[in-house]
Amino acid sequence: MNRSASLAANPLISSWLAVQEDGTVILRVGKVELGQGIHTALTQIATRELGLPPGKLVVAPVSTAGSPDEGFTAGSLSTQVSGAAVRAACATARRLFIEAAAAKAGVPASSLSVIDGDIRTPEGEIVGSYGSLAGQVDLGFEAAEPSQETDGSAQPDLQRLDLPDKIFGRPRFIQDLELPGMLHARVIRPPLLRAVLRDIPADARMRLAPSVQVVRDGDFLAVLSEREEAAAAAADGLSQRVIWEPAEELPDQSRLAAWLRAQPSETSVLANERKDGRERDETLVRASYSRGLLAHASIATSCALARFDGRLLEVWSHTQGIYPLRDAIAGAFGMDRSDVVVRHVEGAGCYGHNPADDAAFDAALLARRTEGRPVRVLWDRAAELGSGPLASAMTADVSAGIGADGSVSNWTYDVWSNGYTSRPGYAGNPGLLANGYRHGGRPLPASVDPSWEAGLGSGRNAVPAYTFGSAFVATHRVRSMPIRTSAIRSLGAHFNVFAIESFMDELAAAAGADPLAFRLALLDDERARAVISAAAEGAGWGQRREAVAARADTGLGLGYARYKNAGAYCAAVAEVEATESVRVRRIVVAVDVGHVVNMDGVRNQIEGGAVQAVSWTLKEQVRFGLDGITSLNWETYPVLRFSETPHVDVVVINRPGLPVAGAGECVAGPVAGAIANGLFAAIGVRVRTLPLTAENVVQAIG
Amino acid sequence: MTVISLRVNGEQVRADTEPGTPLLTVLRNNLGLKAAKFGCGQSSCGACTVWVDGRPIYSCDFPVEVVGDSEIRTLESLGTESEPHPLQQAFLDGQVGQCGYCLPGIIMRAAAFLRDHPAPRRADVAEALDPNLCRCGSHQRIIDAVLRAGRAGAP
Repeated sequence: MNRSASLAANPLISSWLAVQEDGTVILRVGKVELGQGIHTALTQIATRELGLPPGKLVVAPVSTAGSPDEGFTAGSLSTQVSGAAVRAACATARRLFIEAAAAKAGVPASSLSVIDGDIRTPEGEIVGSYGSLAGQVDLGFEAAEPSQETDGSAQPDLQRLDLPDKIFGRPRFIQDLELPGMLHARVIRPPLLRAVLRDIPADARMRLAPSVQVVRDGDFLAVLSEREEAAAAAADGLSQRVIWEPAEELPDQSRLAAWLRAQPSETSVLANERKDGRERDETLVRASYSRGLLAHASIATSCALARFDGRLLEVWSHTQGIYPLRDAIAGAFGMDRSDVVVRHVEGAGCYGHNPADDAAFDAALLARRTEGRPVRVLWDRAAELGSGPLASAMTADVSAGIGADGSVSNWTYDVWSNGYTSRPGYAGNPGLLANGYRHGGRPLPASVDPSWEAGLGSGRNAVPAYTFGSAFVATHRVRSMPIRTSAIRSLGAHFNVFAIESFMDELAAAAGADPLAFRLALLDDERARAVISAAAEGAGWGQRREAVAARADTGLGLGYARYKNAGAYCAAVAEVEATESVRVRRIVVAVDVGHVVNMDGVRNQIEGGAVQAVSWTLKEQVRFGLDGITSLNWETYPVLRFSETPHVDVVVINRPGLPVAGAGECVAGPVAGAIANGLFAAIGVRVRTLPLTAENVVQAIG
Repeated sequence: MTVISLRVNGEQVRADTEPGTPLLTVLRNNLGLKAAKFGCGQSSCGACTVWVDGRPIYSCDFPVEVVGDSEIRTLESLGTESEPHPLQQAFLDGQVGQCGYCLPGIIMRAAAFLRDHPAPRRADVAEALDPNLCRCGSHQRIIDAVLRAGRAGAP
C-alpha cells in the first residue's frame, strides 16, 4: 500500500490531532480498542513522532461525532494503516510547530528539535512548545507522509493504557455503562436464522410482571423493564412459551461437507496454472479436509445502549466499525446519516464480526419506541453462541504430483465455504439481525467474500506460498446460508492453512522427506525460510523430534504461512500428545511482522492467537439439528481451559525500517497445521477433519 | 420489592430487590460495583466470580437472599492503584490481559487460591483456574503472574 487508506480518507492533520494550551495533545482515531492494544500502539507512534511524553497525549473516545472515518478495525491492518496516518499527521504537525517557533525566535527551523513537547535550539534553549503555540498553529492542512522510512531505533514498549482499569475493576466496558433513566431490554430469539414468530400464547403474557413491557415488531420480540432482573426473567419465561415456525431446515451436521459441495456456489479462480499430463516419475497424492462452523464465543455477551430524542439517535456500541454501523442503522430506518451518532465503548474481545452490531440495532430499534428514555440491551449466552454470525464450515480437495526429487506439480486446491463477511452494509443490505425480522425490514442475504485487495475470505491463504511446477486454486462460495456466517479472526486462513500444511506433510511423507527440509526446498523467500528455521530451532526440530517421537503418543509438527500471502510471516512447531484426547504440550511460534512498533504487544497478540487457534483446532465446532443450533452454552461449545493450555514460546524477528504488518491473525493457520502434523507424528494417523477430537481421531483410524 | 441487607467489602449495605435476583445483578446495578462481570448467567465461565466468606463463587446465578450474614468481597476491595494487591501488581508487571473482561473474576479466584496455597506449582495454578474461562488466550501470562505473586508472598 503506497498511501494509507485512512490518510487518503481523512487527509487533514486536524482530523487526527488537536493541541491544547496546556500542551496536551488529543489524538483522534477511527480504529477501536478490541483488547488488542491498538490505542497503546498508536499512542506510541504518535508520541514518538511528536516528541511528546506519553502522558501528554490522550486518545479521544471514538465516535462518528468527531473521529476520522477509518472503516472497520479488522484484518490485522490497524497498526499499518492507521499507524501510517497517525505518523504522517504527527510528523507534519511537528514540522508546523517547529516552523512557528523558528519564525518567532528568528532561527532556522532546521536547527530546532522537540524534546518532551518543548521546542529547543541545539544549545538547549526552549523557544516554544506545543502548548505555548497551540492557538497559533493552524492544523487545517493536509498531512504529508514522512519522507524517511520508520526510524528503526529501539524504543521501550509503552505499557497498555487500558489495563489498569481492568485489573482494578473500574468501570470501562460498555456492559458497565449506565445512562440516566435507562430501561433494560432483552430480546427473545428464534432457534435458527429464518423463522416466523407464529404465536405468543396468552398465558405467556399473563405470567409477566406488570412492570414489563413487551415489544413486538414483525418477528422481532423484546421485553423492557426498569429492572434488569425483571427483563431477564420475562425473556426467559417468554422464550420457553413463544412458538416459532422454522422457515428453512438446517443441513444434517454429520453430512455438512457434502452439503457444502452440493449447494449452488460462485467459483473464483485464484491461481490458474494447469499443466497437461504428469511426469513419468510422479506419484499422485490426493486428500480432502473439512472443518465445522466456529463461534466467536466472546467471554462477554453483546451489549448496546441507544437514546432517541425524536430527531437524534445516539448509539453506544462495541462495534468494529462506527461509520459502517451508523450508515447501516440510518439506512434501515430511512434516517439521515447526520441524525445518527455511534459512539464506541470497549467490549470484550470479539475476534471478528460478532453480535456487537446486531445488539446496537436492537437497542436503536427499541429506543425509537421509548419516548426518549435510553435503552440498554444485553444478549444472553445462548444468543451470543447461536444467533450472531458464525465462521463458515469449510471443505477442500487437494491433489498434487510428487516427483522422486521432491518436486511438486499439478497442485490443485478447491475449497467450498459460505462467505466470510456479512458486516453492516454488505451486499447492499444493512446486515443487522433484527432488521431481518422487523416489519418492513430486509432479510439478510447470503454472506459474501472480501475482495482480493482486502485479502479474500474463503480464499484467504488458499494459494500456497511454495514453489510448485504449477498450481490451480479455486474457491466455491456457497450461495445459500441457512446458518448465518461472517468474519472470524483470520477468515478462511485457519482452515486453508490447516489443509495446505497437512497436505504438505502428506507429500513429504510420500517423498520420504523430512517435513522441514521438504518445505525449505520449496521456498525462495528468505523471510519465510527465516521464520520456519527459527521455529524449528526453537523447538529443537531434529534431535528433539526424534526424542519426542521415541515416546509413545507424542510428536512434533510444523506449520507455516504468510498471512494473506502479503502480511506477516509465521511458522509454528507444536508438540502434540494423543492419549484419550489430543493435547498440545508446547508451541514455538516464530513471526516476522516487519518493523515492530510495540514488542510486547506483538508477543501478546501471538500468544493469544496461538492459544485461541489451539482451542479452535482441538475442541470447537458449532452443533445443530435440523431445527436449530444446539451448542448454546459453554458445556456444548467448549473452549480451551487453563489446564489444557500449552506453553507458548514466541520468537519475533524484528525488521526495523521494513513496512509494519499486523500481528493479530497470522498465527491461526500455522498453529492448526502444526497440531495436525504433530498428531500424525504422534500416532501415525492423518486426521483430516477438524476439530481434532477423540471422535474425529477414531473416525480417521476407522 | 424487598429490602435486603448485605455485608459487602466490609460495609453493611441495603438493596431493594426481589428474592431470586442474582447476587451479581445486585452488586452491579444496586450497589454500582461493576468489577464482577456477566458472562453466561449459568455458572460456567467465572467472569462473575466474587468471594462469599472468603470462598470464590459464581455470583451470576447465586440468589441474593442466600447470602444472609456472609461477607461478600469483590475486586474493588482487593487493592488500589496506589496500594495494589500483589496479584494486581503481578498482572500489571506482566502486562497480563488482552480484552481484560475475564480478569476481575480470575484475579478473585487466584487471590483465594494463593491465600490457601502459598507457593503453588504451575499445574496446580492451572487447575485452580479451570472454573474460569479466558477467550483471548492470555492463559500463560495469567498463570505466570499468579506464580510470580505467589513467590512475592501474596496473602
